[in-house]
Amino acid sequence: MNAPHKPADAESLRHVRQSLPHDSATKHVQGAAQYIDDIREPEGTLHVVLGQSPKARGRIVSLDLSAVKAAPGVVAVLTAKDIPGKNDIAPSLADDPLFAEGEVSFLGQALFAVVATERDLARRAVKLARIEIAAERPSITVEDALERNETVLPDYAFGRGDAKAAITQAPHRLDGEFRIGGQEHFYLEGQIAMAIPGEDGDIFVYSSTQHPTEVQHVVSRVLGIPDAYVTCETRRMGGGFGGKESQATQWAVTAALAARVTGKPCKIRLDRDDDFVLTGKRHDFRCDWSVGFDDEGRIQGYAVDHLARCGYSADLSGGVVDRTMFHSDNAYWLAAVHVGSRRLKTNTVSNTAFRGFGGPQGMLAIEQVMDRIAWEIGRDPLDVRYANFYAPDSNLTPFGMEVEETDTLIDLVRTLEQTSDYRARRKAIAEFNASSPILKRGIALTPVKFGISFTLTQLNQAGALVHVYQDGSVHLNHGGTEMGQGLYIKVAQVVAEEFGIGMERVRITATSTAKVPNTSPTAASSGSDLNGMAARIAAAAIKARMTAYAAAAYGVPEDQVSFRDDRVFIDNESLTFTELAKKCIAARVSLSEAGHYKTPKIHWDREKAQGRPFFYFAYGAACAEVIVDTLTGENRVTRVDILHDVGKSLNPAIDIGQIEGGFVQGMGWLTTEELVFDKEGRLLTHAPSTYKIPVASDVPEDFRVALFPSANREDTIYRSKAVGEPPVMLANSVFCALTDAVHSLDPAKPVPLNAPATPEAILRACEAVRGRPMT
Amino acid sequence: MRREVIRFLRRGRPVELKGFDPRTTLLDYLRLEERSTGTKEGCAEGDCGACTVALGRVREGKLVYEPVNACILLLGQVDGAEVVTVEDLASEEGLHPVQAAMVKNHGSQCGFCTPGIVMSLFTLYQHAPRPVSRETVNDTLVGNLCRCTGYRPILDAALEACADAPADSFTAMLSERAAQLAAITDGRDVFVGDATSFFAAPASEDALAKLYANHPDATLVAGSTDVGLWITKAMMDLKKIIWLGRVAGLDRIEYGNDTLSIGATVTHAKALPALSGIDPDLGELMRRFGSAQVRASGTVGGNIANGSPIGDLAPALIALGATLELRNGATTRNLPLENFFIAYRRQDRAEGEFVRGVSVPKLKANEAFRAYKVSKRLDEDIAAVMGAFRFTLEGRTIADARIAFGGMAGTPKRAALTEKAMFGASLDDASSWEAGFAAMAQDYQPMDDHRASAAYRSTVARNLLLKALSEIANGASAATRLVGQREPLQAAE
Repeated sequence: MNAPHKPADAESLRHVRQSLPHDSATKHVQGAAQYIDDIREPEGTLHVVLGQSPKARGRIVSLDLSAVKAAPGVVAVLTAKDIPGKNDIAPSLADDPLFAEGEVSFLGQALFAVVATERDLARRAVKLARIEIAAERPSITVEDALERNETVLPDYAFGRGDAKAAITQAPHRLDGEFRIGGQEHFYLEGQIAMAIPGEDGDIFVYSSTQHPTEVQHVVSRVLGIPDAYVTCETRRMGGGFGGKESQATQWAVTAALAARVTGKPCKIRLDRDDDFVLTGKRHDFRCDWSVGFDDEGRIQGYAVDHLARCGYSADLSGGVVDRTMFHSDNAYWLAAVHVGSRRLKTNTVSNTAFRGFGGPQGMLAIEQVMDRIAWEIGRDPLDVRYANFYAPDSNLTPFGMEVEETDTLIDLVRTLEQTSDYRARRKAIAEFNASSPILKRGIALTPVKFGISFTLTQLNQAGALVHVYQDGSVHLNHGGTEMGQGLYIKVAQVVAEEFGIGMERVRITATSTAKVPNTSPTAASSGSDLNGMAARIAAAAIKARMTAYAAAAYGVPEDQVSFRDDRVFIDNESLTFTELAKKCIAARVSLSEAGHYKTPKIHWDREKAQGRPFFYFAYGAACAEVIVDTLTGENRVTRVDILHDVGKSLNPAIDIGQIEGGFVQGMGWLTTEELVFDKEGRLLTHAPSTYKIPVASDVPEDFRVALFPSANREDTIYRSKAVGEPPVMLANSVFCALTDAVHSLDPAKPVPLNAPATPEAILRACEAVRGRPMT
Repeated sequence: MRREVIRFLRRGRPVELKGFDPRTTLLDYLRLEERSTGTKEGCAEGDCGACTVALGRVREGKLVYEPVNACILLLGQVDGAEVVTVEDLASEEGLHPVQAAMVKNHGSQCGFCTPGIVMSLFTLYQHAPRPVSRETVNDTLVGNLCRCTGYRPILDAALEACADAPADSFTAMLSERAAQLAAITDGRDVFVGDATSFFAAPASEDALAKLYANHPDATLVAGSTDVGLWITKAMMDLKKIIWLGRVAGLDRIEYGNDTLSIGATVTHAKALPALSGIDPDLGELMRRFGSAQVRASGTVGGNIANGSPIGDLAPALIALGATLELRNGATTRNLPLENFFIAYRRQDRAEGEFVRGVSVPKLKANEAFRAYKVSKRLDEDIAAVMGAFRFTLEGRTIADARIAFGGMAGTPKRAALTEKAMFGASLDDASSWEAGFAAMAQDYQPMDDHRASAAYRSTVARNLLLKALSEIANGASAATRLVGQREPLQAAE
């Protein structure tokens, strides 16, 4: 007699919680995983290259494309006039034209597209355009935009109490202006799309996108055809990181338009330099802050205004800057607080989603404030952090959401404090610094609390499509996209678990708008939370029908039917999963299901600035140690200890990969990755030769990463927690450790360090602390 | 009789090609012609390593596999080599040990950089002396950008795969492949194309001199680590390309009593141990030069001849008093290296003239040398400031100084006033260094650019002089450097 279906716990799980490799790992290592540029092109495929504005701001006086049209290999030249539908590719507001008309808004903005028989010919032809722009002085910096008072979206603020008064009345007060740089995604696979025209105006688009549904919708909008005529498929991306959430659309739409006009398959693949110039980055910020606190460092009032450089259009800046605001508290109780924001318009490429989606900036700002407070009162920065953590009696965020698991973070930080040997090392570092005039060490332990859910509530839904075939193999499809994060394997684990079958039976298939419609972007760390649930719901529904059939056929109650080890156990008998599938089909039982999931509990009233925008919070903490050469600003991260909360992991190896990768990406953002625009709005750091992401030797040699064992208190997929974005902010510890090292030069002085902490920024801070400012 | 095809080895078979555009890159050949799409284009400028493939060549009688960036390597440059790509590693027995270790250690996420990483690790697997250290793995991998993993699992995979001596399907075939390569190798001049558009690879210096004299508008290519970008990024329609890689003798290193002579086509990888012999700082500089891929292709002569204002290596060689040798037709001449650099991207090289090599004086017993590369990112970056110092000491007094910087002017440039000001300074009296610091501000008026501001450059230049003097005075560098310490490291603190 078999036990009824057991509740899911670690002991009875066959696939979930296993460290299975990435679904494509063996293909990756053999070069056999196909990216869009690897798909064999249909005969006659044409290649598209964009013509770019040479000026950042001004009026288009003339656009003479005669030489372009006459160039070898050119089949068509597309401008706004060739658009049958709307000249609008914006994700939210209608402020992103496919091709600029009348005005140009940033240097590089698309004016036209060349379609040619070869990519090389298209690249050469595009240079032959004669473009005349009546140029104006562009707004490049935050200050430029403030001076012109130009924004892409209205200002927004929320808070609690009278922060200004609280700051004024507090025993101590500090103010500052903190600058945080942007970041280029540098997905290794650049932006790419291929569009193939079909019957009756159908368009099939291969797009390297995190958001196939938006690609579908915008292609139909620009081509003026119904959504149902457009299919977008995405098997995998060579990295996304938010850079292909809204900003993969333009390339797909351009290819689709070219396919529509020429009647031929058309492909567009951006050169890396063009990719840098033409796609948005992480928003850079100026954060104007003031804080009032008591002798223990407890914050009485905090006021911060986030001045975000959004670029020329809104894109996703609304959500990004809102998330900055939602994370202005990081993990700290702010009795009286004001969080303001301005979404500034500059004549630069439109900044966009980037892993963390604005959260990292809000958190870094307050982490920097924590250090300033600590220096002011002479306490260990970690103790100041402890003094300010959310607690059961002070657990309300500035936006009115309760932090329900305050213990998790405190336990986690206390544990990391022990395991990283923080106190002893701080002491050793002080001793080292006392006898080392040039090289200085620093250490910092910083927390992460990151809200999980799209703050636009509507997006918190997902669909999945599961078929069971007569041979017992399973077709799995869902709305989430695979960009390397391991979503496909995690969801496959969930489905295999549900059916009690081996992983080899589950065929993972490319994300397609034709299979699962109306999906949300794979973003906001939500991939496995949403799609894992939707797929489980679909699989469970099929299993329920199979169970009902089996119970009826064998005359047993349904709770006597269980699925495991590729078999179905029915009372005292068993048959293979395949045999039951065959019997179900013969008995006319449907073995296909579309599952749908929506996140419970969440709601957000933006006008009142109240609600519960997040289903739950993910937590983590990192302790970083660095060494700085105070003659040059060069530095090394020598040791990092991370403890991170992924709930009960669906796949520990994949999760650790996200944690390590996110941390190193965040470290790059805060150290060597520097975006430099000149006064004309030209991006000077436009390729890996000039823009420096971390390399192998930048990774701390002593890198200790552990998962914090705790189940998600919310009913998520197998009680796991989202992991995509939160680890980025673990790297705040590196920034704080670098300031700590500089601070050792003169503990009486604050360290005026902005992000990114490049060697130059660090040396500048050193020289300022030494009282001989570098000019 | 010149040969009018290029010949290389691919998957065990000789391949002959002609009629290709001289500016075709190896990557375009692989992806567009051969349809081997495992090798990826990430940046098309030799910086990300996604296009890394291995070239097998017989070096000093032994077949070695070297990593190269296929995106900027010209197709013609594979003449005489075996081309190995990521599709070729797995055998009937299954994944290559490097591939298996990558899977086991979760070394891929999005997978786009993975083929390049696998190929870099393949070259490490073949040749790195065991045990392989983490530093060696890093030096192999800094030219492979990964944006997903944070590298840790890749480093673990590398160490695991290279734990034992190489024993893969390639090691089993080494002598057979070497014989196949010998069979396609000859001493003939290679010329593919016609008088208006060609890829040429002369086999002798005389043939080179003659060909270049006839086609002074041709582009000389050694490693193509810079010229490759003229093609992929500047879209220059180079019609005539003369590759120096087959010129006999130009790749020679001569160890004289007082000087080290490095031929123009000696790669950075090959120059590294030779230059290390002059001073450990030179070795460290070469270790940090570009990436393993760039060091395997790029040459000392090319780095000098293309006249980068920074050129990492040039300031160090100038400080050492190096001499450049050039040849034009039958005429050769020598000049001090610093005189070769006239102005920004303008060199003292006449029409038809080419670099033969550089002679570097060795250090005398009373000479102390220091070189520092300061860059935004420690590895695989171009210096913001590159400083090199050679002090001649009489006891503890500086009797002569040669100081050169890169990144401080339009060319690599000596610090003439600082050199003078250091005369007579004492290693034991830091106040006697002040005149040098003051003179430094007179010697250089650097620029602001995306690598660094003028203020940073000036401050660092001064601080590097201080660092050099402190290190020489104290005979130690552990307390003044983050990497490249000159003395063996003490046990970890």
